[in-house]
Amino acid sequence: MNDAVEVTLRAVGVLAAFLVLPLLVGQTEHKVMAHMQGRLGPMYAGGFHGWAQLVADGVKFVQKEDITPAAADQRVFRFAPAVALVPYLVAMAAIPLSPDVVAADLPASAVFVLAVTAVGILGTLMAGWASANKYSLLGAMRAAAQLLSYELPMVLAVASICLAAGSLSLSGIVAAWSPWWLVLQLPGAIVFLVSAVAELQRPPFDMPVADSEIVFGAYTEYTGLRFAFFLLSEYAGIVVMSLLFAVLYLGGWHGLASDQLGWLWTLLKGFCIAVVVIWLRVAWPRLREDQLQRLAWLVLVPLALAQLALTGVWVVVAA
Amino acid sequence: MTEEAKKPGAIGIPGILKGLATTARTMAKPTHTAEYPHAQPHLPPRSRGVIALLEENCTSCMLCARECPDWCIYIDSHKETIPATTPGGRERQRNVLDRFAIDFSLCMYCGICIEVCPFDALHWSPEFEYSELDIRDLLHEKDRLGQWMPTVPPPSALDEHSAEAAEIGATTRPGRLVRTTPARPAPTRATPSGQEPPPASGQEPPPPTASEPAPEPGE
Amino acid sequence: MTTTEGRRELTVGMGAGGLATADMVLNIGPQHPATHGVLRLRIVVDGERIVSAEPIVGYMHRGAEKLFEVRDYRQIIVLANRHDWLSAFSSELGVVLGVERMLGMEVPERAVWARTLLAELNRVLNHLMFLGSYPLELGAITPIFYAFREREELQAVMEEASGGRMHYMFNRVGGLKEDLPAGWLDRVAYAVQAVRGRLPDLEALIVGNEILEARTRGVGIVTPETIAAYGVSGPIARAAGVDMDLRRDEPYLAYGELFADSGPGRVVTRTAGDCLARLEVLLEQVHVSLDLAEACLDRLRTLPQGPVNVKLPKVLKVPEGDLYTATENPLGFNGYYLVSRGEKTPWRLKLRSASFNNVAVLAEVLPGNLIADMVAILGSMFFVVGDVDK
Repeated sequence: MNDAVEVTLRAVGVLAAFLVLPLLVGQTEHKVMAHMQGRLGPMYAGGFHGWAQLVADGVKFVQKEDITPAAADQRVFRFAPAVALVPYLVAMAAIPLSPDVVAADLPASAVFVLAVTAVGILGTLMAGWASANKYSLLGAMRAAAQLLSYELPMVLAVASICLAAGSLSLSGIVAAWSPWWLVLQLPGAIVFLVSAVAELQRPPFDMPVADSEIVFGAYTEYTGLRFAFFLLSEYAGIVVMSLLFAVLYLGGWHGLASDQLGWLWTLLKGFCIAVVVIWLRVAWPRLREDQLQRLAWLVLVPLALAQLALTGVWVVVAA
Repeated sequence: MTEEAKKPGAIGIPGILKGLATTARTMAKPTHTAEYPHAQPHLPPRSRGVIALLEENCTSCMLCARECPDWCIYIDSHKETIPATTPGGRERQRNVLDRFAIDFSLCMYCGICIEVCPFDALHWSPEFEYSELDIRDLLHEKDRLGQWMPTVPPPSALDEHSAEAAEIGATTRPGRLVRTTPARPAPTRATPSGQEPPPASGQEPPPPTASEPAPEPGE
Repeated sequence: MTTTEGRRELTVGMGAGGLATADMVLNIGPQHPATHGVLRLRIVVDGERIVSAEPIVGYMHRGAEKLFEVRDYRQIIVLANRHDWLSAFSSELGVVLGVERMLGMEVPERAVWARTLLAELNRVLNHLMFLGSYPLELGAITPIFYAFREREELQAVMEEASGGRMHYMFNRVGGLKEDLPAGWLDRVAYAVQAVRGRLPDLEALIVGNEILEARTRGVGIVTPETIAAYGVSGPIARAAGVDMDLRRDEPYLAYGELFADSGPGRVVTRTAGDCLARLEVLLEQVHVSLDLAEACLDRLRTLPQGPVNVKLPKVLKVPEGDLYTATENPLGFNGYYLVSRGEKTPWRLKLRSASFNNVAVLAEVLPGNLIADMVAILGSMFFVVGDVDK
């Protein structure tokens, strides 16, 4: 009986975080981007500096008509947003904020999170393929190509961390973390960040949804709540990747008063990474698909391999 | 900066970092946007917002309606006979304006009607907040056009190098012709060009002194 | 695809079903984010590579030339500043210059310099628009906000003089509609200074950005031969090394003096002919135009008192004859071929707009490029759909 209560509580906690954190990131993007562009951003919804803008957006999306194109593959089309969204929900459950604050402490959580987030891109692929729209198809193809080339450097970068920590569990990695990693794992960190941005399809790697080229890629035909789910999954993805970065490279809950405020440290570090992801979008144009592939295979993969080798040598020498 | 434009990618800070730095710097500065409905824009007196009608000045001469490039001005009038004021005097006829309407859904805001009006019955006002939900509601009759008269600002003073207005020239220049000595500007046009004469009745336009600042529309 | 249940089952899980990626026809537009309006490009792609491209124009045809024929010369200005809504002042100018030349009319000197000033400010406004929208097409969302801040600065002074923010309607045959407001020259000088001072912000996002260069360098190269064949003009031609600028080559207004050897005017050229070169030309032309504007301001301050227009007859009739008047609009050559039969309306007024030719060359440039490059090239052709379709 107690187990059931605990499971329910944990699930509710993850769901709450899943609904709140992406909105927080979204609102931050609204405001940070606006001020970087000399604007104010949302100012009205909710009263104080438009804090409820995304809630209002959600209400708007709910009211909109849910359209499924006649030529679309109906079931796949309708199912795609869920496939895009759920993996990030599952991933979030496995990311520890502190030794105590974690929904599901898995033994190999690093591998689990990577594996699960990679599923999310299937949603994009399904959406693009089922929409029966040429732009959607092009967008889905771009997304698929992007996933294939970026999953490898990302896994290699994480492998290096796991090697250094001697653990596949995220909790174990943070426990083994030392400030030296900030220097020794820097190339790996950069590779991870770049791959994460690419996997999230965020600028400068947003070609799968490049609005000036292929309208909105795989999501072109979506409306209403289903479209909102795709957007939510994008921001949930930012949350997952930022937290993952904070846990892997920035020492998670290490910090002042980490016994009590550890979870806050993780969130804070993750938030900073999210701001960087937003910042990149404001400042840079987007690359071309083939340039992205070139970057992945000619720069990131060798860099990640070198990092892995470096870590290997270090672990052997230090041991 | 043009030198830099010639050699992009010059050794120094990578261009992508410059972008990050600039956006960060902009974030630290105050924004340059205004929250429109709460902060009204400052519009110059010449701003072409809406056409206001001073009905008393209109003689239904139809010049504006004819010159309008897209015929968006509708005028109806009838002739009225004014009985002679003195016994044995002549009866007079005058035009009475029945309808004056501008269809702002057709109007191209070129201002030709205002230019051609010989009696200064039409004026530009910077007022612009008259959007409607239905395009048909943009057809405004003379009552509505008249309501914009109070928002008409006095014209801006002209550049110091500008040629003096014809009326001023006529009064200051030594009379070339003897018969113009009683300086004959028509009673309604005694003021310098562009300023409207005092209205006969109804709405009070702003005092036509060019030195006064333009009233803020919408304030 | 959903007509019969049997057919439906066949396509379950196949999604787009028959869509093959080889030689797929893709319609870019008439409603598409990259076309700034209703230009349509019918491209055939193999995967993402463009096999052939055909610009299909006319979705915004408003019959401007036919309408000119039933308008008098003041009413024509209303229409003339609307085909290219980003170069309104320059387009008005072509009409009145043509009429003045046919009438043999002498325009007061202050009007000439004021027109030159306004034309150059209009050029800056136009270029700033493209300097903002072009990076936007390449995925950079911020430059357009910086560009619009500068545009606002200049639009404010343009509005103060003319009353309009886009369709100035400030030219008249024989000069300008009315004189400049008092103190306006100082405010223009301030605005020009402000724009000059803040341009580095915009440039920091564009100039030397490695991503932007990767997207534009060597992409969409237009050769001088193609330019000659298609009649491409303006910044696009100059970016390919075709050194022609009507302001210098066939001076009108006060350009003869400004582009003289010691004058501030210079023609910006590049040789690469790619998207990057076009963007650079545009950026540098902004600086040149600001220089020209300042020279005009200095001159306007020193000119003796005088009118800015001439008194016109009640009914303005242009003597019989014909004349072609070309001006260097921000986007290229803008020409009006005016044929008059002595009426108060032209018998024919042919409009040669820059964008039409600049878009025509797309069919030549696009094939062989990727869809992403298509956007880069399309944006760098600097066209206004109204100017294409007239």
